[in-house]
Amino acid sequence: MGARTRRIKDMGAEELDVLFQERIDANDKIEPRDSMPEEYRKHLIRQMSQHAHSEVIGMQPEGNWITRAPSLRAKKILLAKVQDEAGHGLYLYSATETLGISREELIEKLHQGKAKYASIFNYPALTWADMGAIGWLVDGAAITNQVSLQRTSYGPYARAMVKICKEESFHQRQGYEIMTSMANGTAEQKEMAQDALNRFWWPSLMMFGPHDSDSPRTGNAMKWKIKREFNDVLRKRFIDKTVSQAELIGLTIPDKDLKWNEENNSYDFGQIDWDEFWSVVKGGGPCNVKRLKHHKKAHKEGEWVRKAAAAYAQKHSSK
Amino acid sequence: MWEVFIQTKKGLPFKHFGSVHAFDKEMAIQNARDLYTRRGEGKGMWVVPADAIVAVDPNNDASFFEPADDKIYRHPTFYELPDGTKNM
Repeated sequence: MGARTRRIKDMGAEELDVLFQERIDANDKIEPRDSMPEEYRKHLIRQMSQHAHSEVIGMQPEGNWITRAPSLRAKKILLAKVQDEAGHGLYLYSATETLGISREELIEKLHQGKAKYASIFNYPALTWADMGAIGWLVDGAAITNQVSLQRTSYGPYARAMVKICKEESFHQRQGYEIMTSMANGTAEQKEMAQDALNRFWWPSLMMFGPHDSDSPRTGNAMKWKIKREFNDVLRKRFIDKTVSQAELIGLTIPDKDLKWNEENNSYDFGQIDWDEFWSVVKGGGPCNVKRLKHHKKAHKEGEWVRKAAAAYAQKHSSK
Repeated sequence: MWEVFIQTKKGLPFKHFGSVHAFDKEMAIQNARDLYTRRGEGKGMWVVPADAIVAVDPNNDASFFEPADDKIYRHPTFYELPDGTKNM
């Protein structure tokens, strides 16, 4: 950017915004100590903490099945996956903290209901087949979104996404493997697999968020390259790659309007129930209350561990 | 808060991976191992208290690195070599 004779601290807000946008337009990555508009920082804190909370709350529906996994192999895999989700949450909390907000504040906002997490986790995991559907569809949708976010403009977020994407592909494959073995199993098992697909298909499509025309923050997110692709584009991409995976294992996508469109080289699909989406976002999903209550409980129960560790460190540092 | 640096292969430089919360250095290195090296990413690891790191503040001193710009004779491409010079 050549020699700059004036220091950034001497510039006015407007001038700074112009400079910032120039950096974004030049595909510069923004780093924690760089100057950035307050709205950019706020947008990132909201999006990244929501993302972190989703990883952590996402452990609940799956954690619920660890003790009931059908084999030792399945149990080990599920444990590793849930541990990964905890790890992803921590990568993201750590990246969010670089924006000058503490972990405590982030958790506090979640507990107060001011920060959200992905609505998909407000649906219950009723059968073992749901472990398959979640890995295959929920992680599949998440990967589609996160691959795009590897190019997000905030450096720490982009780097966390790169690491998360590498790990997510194991998640999706283990889920698809569960679905495949159930779809190839007894009639009853196949029915369970189909039932899980039926319940998770539409909520998975909702994971990409509302139509861009109904998404008030899309404008700034695209301008600042926090978001790199539109919700509807990502959703379509996910559908296009998932349909044949369902067909391959003999399962049917629960959408009577799903049809290959030769002209667009893509699938046409039915209407998403946006009333359901907004109702779950606003707290009306089957498990909203349960998920948050459980998080608060776990956090409270861990308090003595945090205190003990602090006391131990204090004791040893004063020696 | 501790910053975590990992060497992914012997002989390579240590690279910043992220941060962890911990109350002391043993806990920091345990947490960093569990968080950042679940798939054999690490051969070496450093953890450093975040507040021990001194960094250039780009907001206040964009010109910090500029002195390098006017010393182009530090780059090998600055020099003209006679035609036919080999292996240099």
